[in-house]
Amino acid sequence: MLRILRRKSLPVSMTVREALNSALDEEMAADPTVFLMGEEVGEYQGAYKISKGLLDKYGPRRVVDTPITEAGFTGLGCGAAYYGLKPIVEFMTFNFSMQAIDHIINSAAKTYYMSGGQISVPIVFRGPNGAAAGVGAQHSQASYWQEFPFVITFPSYATQCYAAWYGSCPGVKVLSPYSSEDARGLLKAAIRDPDPVVFLENELLYGESFPVSEAALDANFCLPVGKANIEREGQDVTITAFSKMVGYALKAADILEKEGINAEVINLRSIRPLDRATINNSVRKTNRLVTVEEGFPQHGVCAEISASVNEDSFDYLDAPIERITGADVPMPYAVNLEKMALPQVEDIVRAAKRACYGYVPK
Amino acid sequence: MALWLRRSSKHIIKNLMYSNYCRNNITTKTTTAASFLNEKADVVSPVFFVGRRFESTKAAEMRIDPQFYSSEEDEDHDDLLNQGMDFPGGKVMFTSEMSFISEHSDKRIPCYRVLNDHGEIVSDESYQQVSRELATRMHNSMITLQVMDTFLYEAQRQGRISFYMTSNGEEAVNIGSAAALSYDDIIFPQYREPGVLLWRGFTLQEFANQCFGNRADYGKGRQMPIHYGSKRHNFFTISSPIATQLPQAVGAAYSLKMDNKKDACVVAFMGDGCTSEGDFHAGMNFAAVMEVPIVFICRNNGWAISTPVSDQFRSDGVVVKGPAYGIQSIRVDGNDALAVYQVIRAARNIAISEQKPVLVEALTYRVGHHSTSDDSTKYRPIDEITHWKMAKNPLARFRQWIEKNGWWDEERDSEARNTIKQEVIQAIQVAERMEKPSLLELFTDVYDKPTNDLQEQETSLRETIQRHPKDYPAFTYSL
Repeated sequence: MLRILRRKSLPVSMTVREALNSALDEEMAADPTVFLMGEEVGEYQGAYKISKGLLDKYGPRRVVDTPITEAGFTGLGCGAAYYGLKPIVEFMTFNFSMQAIDHIINSAAKTYYMSGGQISVPIVFRGPNGAAAGVGAQHSQASYWQEFPFVITFPSYATQCYAAWYGSCPGVKVLSPYSSEDARGLLKAAIRDPDPVVFLENELLYGESFPVSEAALDANFCLPVGKANIEREGQDVTITAFSKMVGYALKAADILEKEGINAEVINLRSIRPLDRATINNSVRKTNRLVTVEEGFPQHGVCAEISASVNEDSFDYLDAPIERITGADVPMPYAVNLEKMALPQVEDIVRAAKRACYGYVPK
Repeated sequence: MALWLRRSSKHIIKNLMYSNYCRNNITTKTTTAASFLNEKADVVSPVFFVGRRFESTKAAEMRIDPQFYSSEEDEDHDDLLNQGMDFPGGKVMFTSEMSFISEHSDKRIPCYRVLNDHGEIVSDESYQQVSRELATRMHNSMITLQVMDTFLYEAQRQGRISFYMTSNGEEAVNIGSAAALSYDDIIFPQYREPGVLLWRGFTLQEFANQCFGNRADYGKGRQMPIHYGSKRHNFFTISSPIATQLPQAVGAAYSLKMDNKKDACVVAFMGDGCTSEGDFHAGMNFAAVMEVPIVFICRNNGWAISTPVSDQFRSDGVVVKGPAYGIQSIRVDGNDALAVYQVIRAARNIAISEQKPVLVEALTYRVGHHSTSDDSTKYRPIDEITHWKMAKNPLARFRQWIEKNGWWDEERDSEARNTIKQEVIQAIQVAERMEKPSLLELFTDVYDKPTNDLQEQETSLRETIQRHPKDYPAFTYSL
């Protein structure tokens, strides 16, 4: 379990899956123009069971099982958004969003601007992002296997992080939750947002359980878009991360604590707009920065954070900024190779020590 | 795409088979109407629909009579072979004769026309009389479109605007279809349908403003010329990529359907080249599966820049693609404004009353170049262009008809052309002199509310301009 400081530990805990499901349910109940579409979202209850129960509750007009054409249903979603509906388009993984990226960028992100402000596009694109399940089942997967006894696996070319891709485009907002509270608050905010939002979930987090606050259970609970969250306060080094890597960063912070380094962990929550203020304020306090992401290193989220801190807080840095990212190769499938291609907790620990000028074999 | 690893438990296979099988079989006209007209049905229909789905897929659980698996001796029994069978997707009859469906039928799908080349009505009883008022308005609009095209094309040649595309030769498709629609119908254009916007009241000044990208442009100077858009006129902003408007149009039609709007449909325009894009397939397929009120109008003008239709597809044009998706389709003479009017009226009625898509292929010819960046004489013979421009001119044909009715004459024609010419020239001059949009419009409409980043950039730009005024000539920009 995670040690989350600054939050009252309350008896209510929920999985990210339950958080997303409840958020979808509540938003659909509150607003009749919200509807969900994607492959397997209806009868199959969702490829990852995120939309479980929604078809029975809202009917096939509001939970639409689509034919297999991402380009098609994304374009259709944009058209529906132009004229008064609030679609939530689900991609089975964000890799498949590549088939629809023309519509996400040209039909959704750019339309408000290119129409001179006449056509707004209140659409949400969501789905799992980044590396998916390897062969080894993690502990958080145990109950998942019992309840849903089949697994969807994807070829290794289909396991990439798209945060940097969408994060570079003006006109779209990009959010990525970590905990259940994040998932609920950010998804609700995304659905209510009049701009197009890309909502990057993580398959491995779906089954993970987190405690949630009382406030998070409210039907109107929304988290602010563009605000990062300080998951753990510290004095010595700032570690930024989003989605699954937040968990890794917190584990690394625990290890560092034992060695006398007090790390501050920032959960970005919002890739675009990026909360530069929080990141810079933190770096100005700790003077050292380690940024972590699962995606490819070149032109990544870490690169952007690095540039931002360099521009705004150059005088406050006591060490070069460390970036921990995925390897610059297409994702391999074999367990041992996959482990080498993704950031591990030890990598973050070593980077933090380097930033703190400790001696560490590189 | 997705690789499914299944364990061999039966309930998984069952689950997978229940998804998305044979809607065709179960949805009837009455079914759809009932569930969508009745508010309450929203609560009832999930069970209803889910139940219906399960019913039809029961057939897939192999309730086949064992006699169908018998040996050769039963082949002589004709009655066995005349039986059909329920496959997923519905019942099919068996045949013992192997034959491939030909890639071309013996005859091409015929083309509906009302006026012959001499402006005489040759149609059947389905033709409905058009009033004098409507006919003269249509002709006036076609002239306006032609004159506007001529002068704005010239303006580009003179270097006053950067780009232009004409609709020469396609005036009848533009105006004939526009006249048949109501102002509540939502238009998703490709880019060669400004006549539809013109019909709805977009003024020459408004067209010119967009082409010059001035302060009065509704697009706020963000798009290249001819990328018109007007929410007020239910005309969706044009974007350059081909066919992207098709799935979008289906989405908007779905929105209309959810709204229970029974007196409006969506009209999506496209060219012949558009039918090659993946989005065409997605749009058509979705429209059919989701049963939405949409009319697809394909302007088959023979050319996609330099690609002739013989290199674009090998089917009998576009009309035959409709039935492949389960969509009612018709082919019409796109140079016959009356025929286009009749067909679009009928198609619109079908789409709205039956809540399903219709495909209309209007055969016509692109007389002009693809755009001002193109010289079509490089890839097609000049006499071909001249033939369609003169002998097959849609305005000439329509004019013959209205003159025969005594509604028009030479004097009226030249008077109309003169007046419009003056208006267009005036509009161009006014548009040219008008200020460009404010620099602040660079940062608006990216998001609903500008983010901190954008506000910082705007502040930074303002300061830069104040520090270096010589680099930012005041007469074209203002803050």
